[in-house]
Amino acid sequence: MPTEQPLTTRADRDEARRRRRRRSIAISSLSTIVVLGGLTALVLTSPGWHNVRITFFSWTWFHRSIGTVAKGFLLDVKLFLIVEAVVLVLGLALALIRTLNAPVLLPLKLLAIVWADLFRGVPSIMVVYMVGFGLPALDLSGIPTSASVLGGIALTLCYTAYVSEVYRAGIMSVHPSQGGAALALGLTRPQALRYVVLPQAIRRVLPPLLNDFISLQKDVALVSILGGASEAFRSAQIFAASDFNYTPLIAAALLYLCVTIPLTRFVDRLQLRQLREQGGALALGPH
Amino acid sequence: MTAVLQLRGVTKSYGDHQVLRGIDLELLEHQAVALIGGSGSGKSTMLRCIDLLEEIDDGDIYLDGEPITVPGMNPVPTRRRLGLVFQAYNLFPHRSVLDNVIMGAVRAQRVPAEEARDSGRKMLERFGLADRSRDYPDRLSGGQQQRVAIARALMTHPRALLLDEVTSALDPELVGEVLTVIRELKQEGMTMLIATHEMSFARDVADQVCYLQDGRIVERGVPEQIFTDPVHADTKRFLSRLLEANRL
Repeated sequence: MPTEQPLTTRADRDEARRRRRRRSIAISSLSTIVVLGGLTALVLTSPGWHNVRITFFSWTWFHRSIGTVAKGFLLDVKLFLIVEAVVLVLGLALALIRTLNAPVLLPLKLLAIVWADLFRGVPSIMVVYMVGFGLPALDLSGIPTSASVLGGIALTLCYTAYVSEVYRAGIMSVHPSQGGAALALGLTRPQALRYVVLPQAIRRVLPPLLNDFISLQKDVALVSILGGASEAFRSAQIFAASDFNYTPLIAAALLYLCVTIPLTRFVDRLQLRQLREQGGALALGPH
Repeated sequence: MTAVLQLRGVTKSYGDHQVLRGIDLELLEHQAVALIGGSGSGKSTMLRCIDLLEEIDDGDIYLDGEPITVPGMNPVPTRRRLGLVFQAYNLFPHRSVLDNVIMGAVRAQRVPAEEARDSGRKMLERFGLADRSRDYPDRLSGGQQQRVAIARALMTHPRALLLDEVTSALDPELVGEVLTVIRELKQEGMTMLIATHEMSFARDVADQVCYLQDGRIVERGVPEQIFTDPVHADTKRFLSRLLEANRL
C-alpha cells in the first residue's frame, strides 16, 4: 500500500550509492595488491632471479648502451614514417581499384587481389627475407642494396595489403544511399567518391588504420635480420652477442613503448569518441 | 506546350521482378502530380528511373522534349537539371548543414564557394533554418533534416522536383512543417512529381493524382474525382483500406 511518506528518500539513495562505491574501491585495491604482489614475489623468489637481474636489468649496461640503441631507434622511427606515408597512399589506391568497377582497371584489380591475398597470408618476416635477399640476387641494375631500403620495401608490401583491406571495409560500410544522394545532386562518380564516400569511410576506419601503424612501428625491427641497418633491435643484438648482456634489449623495448603506448591510448580515445558519436553506449550500464 | 517530363512505356525489372510495367506520364510546367499506391507499387523506382539513378529496360523518358534515356548517354547533365528528395533525407553526415546545401552548386555547377555560401544561407533562411547552418545534420530533428534536404535539392534550380515519400520517415508531429514547405513551393509554381502516403496532402496540393499498383498507373484524374469517385475497383479497394486504417 502506498503511504503518505515515501519509503526511500533521496538521502537514502545517495547513502547507498556511496556505500557501493566505497565497497568497490576496497575490493579493487585488495585484489590489485594480491595479484601484483603475488606475481612480484614469484619472480623475485625464483631461483634464477639473480642471474636474470644481472643480464637483463643491469644499470651499468643500460647506461652504456642507451645512446647507441637510441640512435638506432631514430632510424626505426624514420623508416616507420616513410613506410607509413607510402602505405597510406598505396593502400588507398589498391582499395579504390578493388571497389571501382571500371573495365580498364580489371588487370590492376586482379593484381590488387593477388597482392592483398599474398602479403596478408605470408608472415612478414618471410617477406623481409625474400625481398631482402631475393631482390639483390636478381642482379638487375638499379636494385637497391641497402638493408633499410629493402626492408622498407618488404614492410610496404605487407602493410599495404593490410591497410587496403581496412580502407575497403570503410568504403563498403558507407551506405549506398549516400552515393545516390551525391549523384542526384549532379556530382560525377569520382566527385561522389571524393567528397561524400571517402571522407566518411576514412573517418570510420581511422582507429583500425592507426592500429595497423602501431604494429608497423614494431615490425620495423624485422629489418634487423637483413644485417646492414643499425636500427634499435640490431644494435641491442650486437651488444648481446659480444658481451652476453641483454640489458640493451630492455632499453630498446622501453624506447618502443615510449612510442606505442601514447599511440595506443590515442586510438582508444578516438574509438570511444566515435562510439559516443554513433550513439553507442557501453554494453553494460553504469554499474 | 511541351511537358517538362514525359514518360512513354517505361518498364523496369530487378531480376525476375517487374517493378514498372509500361508507365506513361506527363508532367507539365508548374504542375504537381501525386503518385499514390501501396508499398512496392513502383512509385520510388519510377522517381529513381527519372533521375537516372536506375537504368530503365524499355520505353523513353523526355526532359523538356529531349530524350534522356538514350543508351550510352551521360546521365550527369540530366541529373543536374532535376532535384530528388529521399524518404530518408540522405544528408551527408560529415558536412555541416550549409555545406550539405551548397554541395551540388559548388561541385556540380562550379559556382564559386563564396557565392554559393551566400545563396545557401538565403535558401536556409527561407526555410527557417538560418540558425542551424553550422550544425551537423544529426543535431537536427527529422523535419528539419528533410527541409535541409529540400533546400539542397532546390539550390541547383531544378526544372522539376521529385519527392520520394518525403514525410514517411518522420514522426507524425513533424510531418506538417515539411508539407507546408512543399505547399509553398507549389504556390511559387514549382513543377513537382510527388510520391506520397499523405492522402489529404495529395488531395490539396496536386493537380493530378495517379494511383499505381503492380507497376502500372491504374487510374489517374483530378484529386476530387480520385478520392471521392474512383472508377477502378483497385483504386476503390486501396482507398477503402486507407479509410479503415484511419489514414484518409
